[in-house]
Amino acid sequence: MSTVATPSPPKTDVGGQAAPSRRRRWGGSPSEQPAGVLTYIALVVTILLSAFPLYWMFIVGSSTDEELGKVPPSVVPSDHLIDNFRDVFAQENAYFISSMWNSLVVSVIVTVSVLFFCSLAGFAFAKLKFRGRDALMVLLIATMTIPNQLGQVALYIIMGKLNWIQQLPSVIVPGLVTAFGVFYMRQFIIEAIPDELVEAARVDGASTFRIYWSIVMPTLRPAAGVLGLLTFASTWNDFQWPFIVLFGSENITVQVSLSTLASGQIIIFSRMMAGAVLATIPLLVVFFLAGKQIVAGIMEGAVKS
Amino acid sequence: MSAPTVPAGQRPGRTGGPPPSASAPRAAWRMRLSRFDVKFTPYLLIAPFFLLFGVFGLFPLLYNIVVSFRNWQLDEPESNGWTGFDNYRYMLEDTEMWNALYNTFGLFVISTVPQLILALVLAALLNQKLRFQTFFRMGVLLPYITPIAASTLVFGAVFAREIGLANSLLQQVGSTPVDFKADVWSSWLAIVTMVNWRWTGYWAIIFLAAMQSIPKDLYEAATVDGAGSIAQFRRITVPLLRPAILFAVVVSTIGGLQLFAEPLLFDDKTQDANGGSAHQFQTIGLYIYKTAWKTLDLGQAAAMSVGLFLFIVLITSINAWFTNRIGGRR
Repeated sequence: MSTVATPSPPKTDVGGQAAPSRRRRWGGSPSEQPAGVLTYIALVVTILLSAFPLYWMFIVGSSTDEELGKVPPSVVPSDHLIDNFRDVFAQENAYFISSMWNSLVVSVIVTVSVLFFCSLAGFAFAKLKFRGRDALMVLLIATMTIPNQLGQVALYIIMGKLNWIQQLPSVIVPGLVTAFGVFYMRQFIIEAIPDELVEAARVDGASTFRIYWSIVMPTLRPAAGVLGLLTFASTWNDFQWPFIVLFGSENITVQVSLSTLASGQIIIFSRMMAGAVLATIPLLVVFFLAGKQIVAGIMEGAVKS
Repeated sequence: MSAPTVPAGQRPGRTGGPPPSASAPRAAWRMRLSRFDVKFTPYLLIAPFFLLFGVFGLFPLLYNIVVSFRNWQLDEPESNGWTGFDNYRYMLEDTEMWNALYNTFGLFVISTVPQLILALVLAALLNQKLRFQTFFRMGVLLPYITPIAASTLVFGAVFAREIGLANSLLQQVGSTPVDFKADVWSSWLAIVTMVNWRWTGYWAIIFLAAMQSIPKDLYEAATVDGAGSIAQFRRITVPLLRPAILFAVVVSTIGGLQLFAEPLLFDDKTQDANGGSAHQFQTIGLYIYKTAWKTLDLGQAAAMSVGLFLFIVLITSINAWFTNRIGGRR
């Protein structure tokens, strides 16, 4: 099997940095000009604005509502975070702990499935020849522009026929393969795997699925990492459809559970924000561990589309 | 390993050569199988996407049109039947619908225009030789990965009447507190803040990616010709970014006109889905939700979805045409 040893995947870095040894010239493209102090100030302000609501979420989530009304407002965390978490867990109708679990289950299943089916389809579009391939690819890209939300009324009726209303399959199954995922995998596989390799394996009598398994799969890691993270994040964050189809039951995702914390006769802000902190933390962890790859992945997807 | 072993010298030029040791019928069978594999497996591999999209993407959109011509009450299924254009007639006479249309369009314009302009500027800032480059890019993208329910609720807390941060600060500078949810302008300001907080950084990253794919020698030539950096931004960067800008305009038009989570969760009474005490920030997306799942009138909601679809197509086409013209002017 040494002829089909894992080829090293192409560099996924799209940072666009010029080669380090390149002679600096006067002028040149903006990306080669060192940024001035004003740029740094503007960017730091932007970052502070980006991060502020997350910080404030934490401040409110660790206070009591009495502390919040103070003028001037307190800008350091108080010490009620754990108490507030306990209140969140105790809240009726919010089913917070099981909703976290549901979100995890839904996101993991969708992510694994997207990686598998999208890489299979991406491989077919990238390396196999079949009639209608290009037309089908155009069709697939076109589906990305369709505003799916506008079919939600009918989708709800369909879910009713399937007996999936207020059941998790209603938020899992529609997301199991995505057009973006197929497209993303196709772009990666086109560059990562030379055509000759696929042909050679064919000549050696390998079946299509075997080629996928032995040649394509081992090279997918960088792309699978990015697509997996993006899919996990967007599934975890999904709000509108889960809210429509799951609300009012025990089978809710954590984002839907948050909306129950925000409704009712009396809204307790500190409890609501403590819930928001819990619903956001898993994503923040993912983002701090792999934010670089996520940024690169989004930028790559943008250039290619 | 266990790969089919073909001696190196014997690698044939054409596919499907049978191994020499195999008997004839078995070889023929294998050849048929392999031809079948080459011909049909590709369709098998792409089938899951098209199947799933057909059932849960395309079919609902088409079926939605059927539902829009019917009376379809979730609470009284026995009264269901064809009603012709009744749902559409009602929609056009419904003042709440027109109000929602006004809000949707207004919120869309005052959020998307500054959002994309800011994103362009931010992308230009990021498109320089920067220290801590990854840190800045991640920071800009942070709002995009924050759950929309969580961030909307934070802003709800910031703009709350009694104990919100915004009012604490206003009182600090001697102003009277504002009931942000009560008026049109203040509730729109709050919602636009939420939308732009989320999306500006995302589009900046998309624009940045597009900027970095612009050939560098264009800038060098412009520098030789004496063009300053502002002129270069206007004459080179923006025109060459046209496809990316067009993409952003189209996507944010489609998304912006379906605004839902922000006006839903900003309201004090989330469960009513009213978009404020006097519908001052009720969007069409929210009104569709209310009609379908509070009033339980699916037929009417389907008609409104079709209406919103047509409206989105119309506005997207106008915006795409307009963007093309702006970019074309050199």
